[in-house]
Amino acid sequence: MKVKHEDILSRITNGPVIVVDGAMGTMLQAAGLSAGTSPEGWLLENPAPICDVHRAYIEAGADMILSCTFGGTRVRLERAGLAERVAEVNRRAVEIAREAAGDRAYVAGDIGPLGKLLAPLGTLTYEQAVDVFTEQARALAEAGVDVLYIETMSDLNEMRAAVQAARHAGLGIPIFATMSFDRHGRTNMGVRPEEAAEALLSLKVSAFGANCGATLEMTEGALAKMHETAPQVPLVVKPNAGKPHLERREVVYDATPEDMAEYARRFVALGARVVGACCGSRPAHIAAIAQALK
Amino acid sequence: MNETLKQLQESVILGEPDDARELVVQTLEAGIAPLTVIDEALNPGMQIVGDRYECGEYFIPDLVTAAEAMKAAMAVLEPALQARQEQRQVLGTVVIGTVEGDIHEIGKSLVATMLSAAGFQVHDLGVDVPAAEFVQQVQETGANVVGLSALLTTTMLHQEAIIQAIEEAGLREQIKVIIGGAPTGPEWAKEIGADAYAENANEAVSIVKRLLAGS
Repeated sequence: MKVKHEDILSRITNGPVIVVDGAMGTMLQAAGLSAGTSPEGWLLENPAPICDVHRAYIEAGADMILSCTFGGTRVRLERAGLAERVAEVNRRAVEIAREAAGDRAYVAGDIGPLGKLLAPLGTLTYEQAVDVFTEQARALAEAGVDVLYIETMSDLNEMRAAVQAARHAGLGIPIFATMSFDRHGRTNMGVRPEEAAEALLSLKVSAFGANCGATLEMTEGALAKMHETAPQVPLVVKPNAGKPHLERREVVYDATPEDMAEYARRFVALGARVVGACCGSRPAHIAAIAQALK
Repeated sequence: MNETLKQLQESVILGEPDDARELVVQTLEAGIAPLTVIDEALNPGMQIVGDRYECGEYFIPDLVTAAEAMKAAMAVLEPALQARQEQRQVLGTVVIGTVEGDIHEIGKSLVATMLSAAGFQVHDLGVDVPAAEFVQQVQETGANVVGLSALLTTTMLHQEAIIQAIEEAGLREQIKVIIGGAPTGPEWAKEIGADAYAENANEAVSIVKRLLAGS
């Protein structure tokens, strides 16, 4: 395990760029996941499609895949009746990812936001948030992930809580952390990219950056500001495949694989050392990114 | 404008509930009518907050604290209004929720908060709400506005199902339906027979007002 951590840390410093995977949710939907079933629920009932999605991204050239645990905290699992099975759900997700990855790819433990406002704006306290993230981080770490991958954060305090949890429970595993800049160049909570970079610099995570977002341009702008603030830090970027529009009742994202490849090159010039895609992406987008960065 | 009213408006804009509460008490002691306080300080204050959100100066935390200041002010004004047998104008009755199978709540709750601050009576049904519950709540509350939030491509289909259920219950004519959520949009609203799509909580307030005004 230690060797893999050193490999990853060395690679994000010296290259080659790590290609990370694309969207899971929409791929599962195409495979028949119905409205109202959480992807995490499928891990226990019907893991084969999840494994297939992992494999598809690895075939496309992903060096790193994210476990299907974006909503894997007890807060997010509550509604699906899985709040008391956090450890089991997260462990299973990592097993499935590891099965798909073999020794061809790293497995990152995906940690997404809690979907609740923290106090004083909401009722969830910082300490409670740390506890909830710790439960998930511990389960992912014990299941043997290579990276603890915090993503799609909008709130700086929630981000801090997740990083604190990952550090406390993470058995020394490298931590990546990204925020979603989707409103006037900031997160919807008003966090500027420079602010995020400064906070994450002082939190000493291994790599940080931007994911999801509104448009590719906005994510690029955010990355540029982060790079300017922290020129030595390896950046992580996993943007949406453009913007969604409706095509005959289906939500289609407008970035082509070529678009994503072009942006991938630009991201690397801005210090990105981990590049993938988020909402609306498919293996073809990842394949184009992998090709472009060879 | 009266200095106290000005300071009160400012406390809403800056999201200071304690100041708002104190300043409202001062306005009442100065003999200013509660409805005047609402019309000349509170409503304009929230309007400015909305404008600043629109242009990217304010973000979610600013909306939340402004709404809290508004709520604190109204808590003092309600008894004063009652004593005068007056009431703040109710702009409409809203039933809002995140659709079945979807647990995203922040956006939906923000819309509920902003509509309430603007003077709507709001019934927030929470998350993962089935069509039948929306229909029942519209019947029980006599709502004239329904807000549907869906943040996943899998769950946005439920927005359509809910509108159909509302039609089948014979209630479609009496309400305006507004939808929101990242994968939805104006084309989806049109596709499913909703009256409008709102991109954010501030837009939701102006769109609902516009819809009820008949345009």
